Amino acid sequence: MSVLVYAEHDNQNLKAETLKTVAAAQKMGGDITILVAGHNCQAVAEQAAKVNGVSKVLVADNAAYEHQLAENVSLLVTELANDYDHIVATALTTGKNFMPRVAALLDVAQISDIIDVESEDTFVRPIYAGNAIATVKSLDAKKVITVRTTGFDAVATDGNAEIVNIDIVKDAGTSSYVSEELTVSERPDLGAASVVISGGRGMQNGDNFKLLEGIADKLGAAIGASRAAVDAGFVPNDMQVGQTGKIVAPDLYIAVGISGAIQHLAGMKDSKVIVAINKDPEAPIFQVADYGIVADLFEALPELEAKL
Amino acid sequence: MKILVPIKRVIDYNVKVRVKPDNSNVDLANVKMAINPFCEIAVEEAIRLKEAGIASEVVAVSIGDKSCQEQLRTALALGADRAIQIETSETLDALNIAKLLQKIVEEEQPKLVILGKQSIDSDNNQTGQMLAALTNMPQGTFASEVKVDGDKVNVTREVDGGLQTITLSLPAIVTTDLRLNEPRYASLPNIMKAKRKPLVVKSAADFGLDLSPRSTLLKVTPPATRQAGIIVESIDELVEKLKNEAKVIS
Repeated sequence: MSVLVYAEHDNQNLKAETLKTVAAAQKMGGDITILVAGHNCQAVAEQAAKVNGVSKVLVADNAAYEHQLAENVSLLVTELANDYDHIVATALTTGKNFMPRVAALLDVAQISDIIDVESEDTFVRPIYAGNAIATVKSLDAKKVITVRTTGFDAVATDGNAEIVNIDIVKDAGTSSYVSEELTVSERPDLGAASVVISGGRGMQNGDNFKLLEGIADKLGAAIGASRAAVDAGFVPNDMQVGQTGKIVAPDLYIAVGISGAIQHLAGMKDSKVIVAINKDPEAPIFQVADYGIVADLFEALPELEAKL
Repeated sequence: MKILVPIKRVIDYNVKVRVKPDNSNVDLANVKMAINPFCEIAVEEAIRLKEAGIASEVVAVSIGDKSCQEQLRTALALGADRAIQIETSETLDALNIAKLLQKIVEEEQPKLVILGKQSIDSDNNQTGQMLAALTNMPQGTFASEVKVDGDKVNVTREVDGGLQTITLSLPAIVTTDLRLNEPRYASLPNIMKAKRKPLVVKSAADFGLDLSPRSTLLKVTPPATRQAGIIVESIDELVEKLKNEAKVIS
């Protein structure tokens, strides 16, 4: 048995979510190899080599993989797939983009967004936006899987795996990178933060999200938003937590001025502790919150910031 | 150029799903069904490209039993020119759907295929990418902007950290994200007109593909429910609870 785990990274840093994907791979059983596909990405390879439970790190360092375009990466992974029983990626933008191509090229199904591993061929995954949980047995010889990391705890990083450079260059030549507009933030990533504070429609406008910043700074939190706040134009979509945004499960999730629509709950209800601040005592968010406070957020937030 | 838009019939997004008591699946009996929201955005984008004079024809396709003709008629009412139903009574997984769509792509030779990024029932997010691999086309997934420029298409994609723009050679596959557009409502005259637009039925069995299932659904259960906690009376009490009871802040 052997597992190939695709490293999620930006050519400089290995994303923390990969440590959780490796935890999922460990439950599948067998020898674990991490693939780092990128360009000038040796720093990522060195971080990957420290991931516990990994025996080998394959590095495909080539300009063709710089932006991890699905067309090129899928050809690379498909060529490597021969040697592995499970091909596993994190269910983030990159993995979700290229993995189904790998599955189709290998003529196998993909099992998406697993939250648990029951055995080497049986997996648990949410369907209907998490309103039902399916247990699925794969009938394919080779399993192609994406992992929703909220279901797994990160492995440690005191390992020492062998790094092997591979010289496989695949360039489909049909797609090319143009540009990127990434949100620059000093705060942790939504997906990796241990504390998340999110604002909803109750914030009233984008400026008022500043009220969350002081609290986020004190708690080392990431700032998120509900779809209602994004749709109202308060903040950009990459801050969205929910079924159609990011799925998070921090130790502490603070929902401010968020009513608790099903689609938002789908993105945060696996958080360990949920706090809700809302002036409407009937808001559904209180039904999932461990601690609720019925208050005007414009009074509660400055007080909370002062008392932390 | 011709645009192909595969669409899926799913549970209406406003309906709360319930798991069957025997845990075999969710209960879809007598539940309101609709066109998958992401597919509706795909139809809208194709129609806008036609209205802008870039596309010449929009063809909608759906795979399922006769009931999915309802959603194909919706696509026709929104502005698609004709529709294809691939008849099957089986629930097919994404790979088999992609294989059937590959056959339609070979027949129709569209320059652009626009699909929803995922369906709100199985939440797989696979079909567009699989179709792209099978047809050897490039893909622009999770699109928030689509600009056709000669024999290329520029796609702006919603990625984890923000937005990414890529250029694809046509023919290409695009999958839609929520912010690509806001779909229109079909007008009554257009709903009436849609009844007369061509809708061809093909049998999935006639394509000569092996469509056997690749997985077995062992069980479906309701998610673990969260117990409502307590209402605290003051910020002081909240901070005290978070420090000393939940121990999530120090």
